[in-house]
Amino acid sequence: MLVNEDDLQRIFSEWTSILRKCLFRVIRVGPIPSHLAIIMDGNPRYAKKKKLEEGTGHDAGAMALLYLLVYCYELGIKYVTAYAFSIHNFKRSREEVKKIMDLMMESVILLTRLSKFCSLRVHFAGNLQLLSTELRNAAKKLMENTAGNSNLVLTICVSYTCSDEILHAVEESSRERTDGAVVKLADIEKHMYMAVAPDPDIIIRTGGECRLSNFLLWQSSCCHLSSVYTVWPEFGVLHLVWVVMDFQHKYPYFARKKMKQFVSVP
Amino acid sequence: MLSLRFAVPTANTLIPTKTKPKSGLVVQTGWKQTGLSSSPPKRYDYKLQAATTDITDGRASVEDKEVELPAGLSRELMPKHVAVIMDGNGRWARQRELPTSAGHEAGVKSLREMVELCGQWGIQVLTVFAFSSENWIRPKVEVNFLLSLFERALKSEMESFGRSGIRISVIGDSSKLPASLLSLINEVEETTKNNTRLQLIVAVSYSGKYDVIQACRSIAERVKDGQIQLEDIDEGLIEQELETNCTEYPYPDLLIRTSGELRVSNFLLWQLAYTELFFTQELWPDFGKEDFVEALSSYQQRQRRYGGRHS
Repeated sequence: MLVNEDDLQRIFSEWTSILRKCLFRVIRVGPIPSHLAIIMDGNPRYAKKKKLEEGTGHDAGAMALLYLLVYCYELGIKYVTAYAFSIHNFKRSREEVKKIMDLMMESVILLTRLSKFCSLRVHFAGNLQLLSTELRNAAKKLMENTAGNSNLVLTICVSYTCSDEILHAVEESSRERTDGAVVKLADIEKHMYMAVAPDPDIIIRTGGECRLSNFLLWQSSCCHLSSVYTVWPEFGVLHLVWVVMDFQHKYPYFARKKMKQFVSVP
Repeated sequence: MLSLRFAVPTANTLIPTKTKPKSGLVVQTGWKQTGLSSSPPKRYDYKLQAATTDITDGRASVEDKEVELPAGLSRELMPKHVAVIMDGNGRWARQRELPTSAGHEAGVKSLREMVELCGQWGIQVLTVFAFSSENWIRPKVEVNFLLSLFERALKSEMESFGRSGIRISVIGDSSKLPASLLSLINEVEETTKNNTRLQLIVAVSYSGKYDVIQACRSIAERVKDGQIQLEDIDEGLIEQELETNCTEYPYPDLLIRTSGELRVSNFLLWQLAYTELFFTQELWPDFGKEDFVEALSSYQQRQRRYGGRHS
């Protein structure tokens, strides 16, 4: 079991952590990103570093995401998107893929409980047809049950690549436009898996690598990229604060961008 | 969870990773999207060729001598395709209390140096983000200057492109470009199309999103005309319709952005899926050989997994 009732209780009691709230109160003096996206890299390296059993790095990574949700909720970040599993990750070992899929199933159960406490909406972005029937149905049920929540929107990218997302949008747009009308930007964007959230303000990649790995390529055109050396399970409050402060330092540029008219793509 | 342990200082992605440099040839094999092979995607199936060129058709023949690489760089690990966002010309000029135009002129000199180095070091394609579709909203004076600078540079370098074996391709929305520039671009592309030492792709009036949109329109048109079925649309088809279909290596291995900004700014969005990103604080006119070596060195130390796992 990923998290038992005591763990959940402890997580929820941390909601009243006075020190963290004071810190966040200071940070909130400046602009807060509305959408944070994360490439959660480094789980196996964490397990190796801590001399843990192979595969348990992903458990630690799931816990880190859970804590991040709490922090983002307290900080006032409205959208969180996490790159959980790429389509290309299916070429990893059968054991690792099974481990991650089992973990995903546990996470669905956990998020169902969590959604009741903080009005969390959960969305799964990706080619869900590549998942097992059981997981796909559980994910769809969670999406339906939380569709009316709005305090915090968590999008989990599973069985996802942006190439596949764009391909899907192109297919749907072509299907719609067989009448000969010109395809527009809005036609593509409405069919994106990520249409539920605005473009991210920050994309964080942990683990020290500096590439997007087919994550939110379309949506990242003007967002701030942050590469953090620490591995994902060790990403904590202070790392989040650092990233947000770095964003605040760059914020004047983003504010100017939003004020100006973009050249519209017909 | 309050962790007081900071990792190695977070940086603007200049930190070289701790992975060991790869040794030996990097051999990429074909891969299908839904397959379970451990190889990278097919679009990274590069042929490793020595960079020798012998141009005929009346132009001067060029044979590359085996140029010694700077210490620490390996020819086998050299990226095939490097992309650059040449940022910082305006700031460079302001720092020196010069007009913005001086910054752009200095930027052209940096580009010349980089083209030369790419040709010497076996890089096959260099794509530069010269003018974004979003740059049209800059002051008209600056926009006109940039377009005229591009026109002048093309005219003055056309002959040397032929001598150096450089092929020029221009991508972007050409509908807004002046007729004289369009005509010159067509002439230069035609004149240099058989050159093989280095392909210089200049993105002018370019937007990554626009590139995908125009690919989508082409595909929709072909579906409407019955040339293809909806079921035939796949990533390969989109790739064929993107503007980077002018090159054998459409996917950059390395993207360099100067001036410290940490974003891709709507440049080559589809094509950057697995590109290694390198950000440097140097302003573009100051970006020279040493900085390029640093970027290449960082690239050569990285482990590229394409979603897989190294054992």
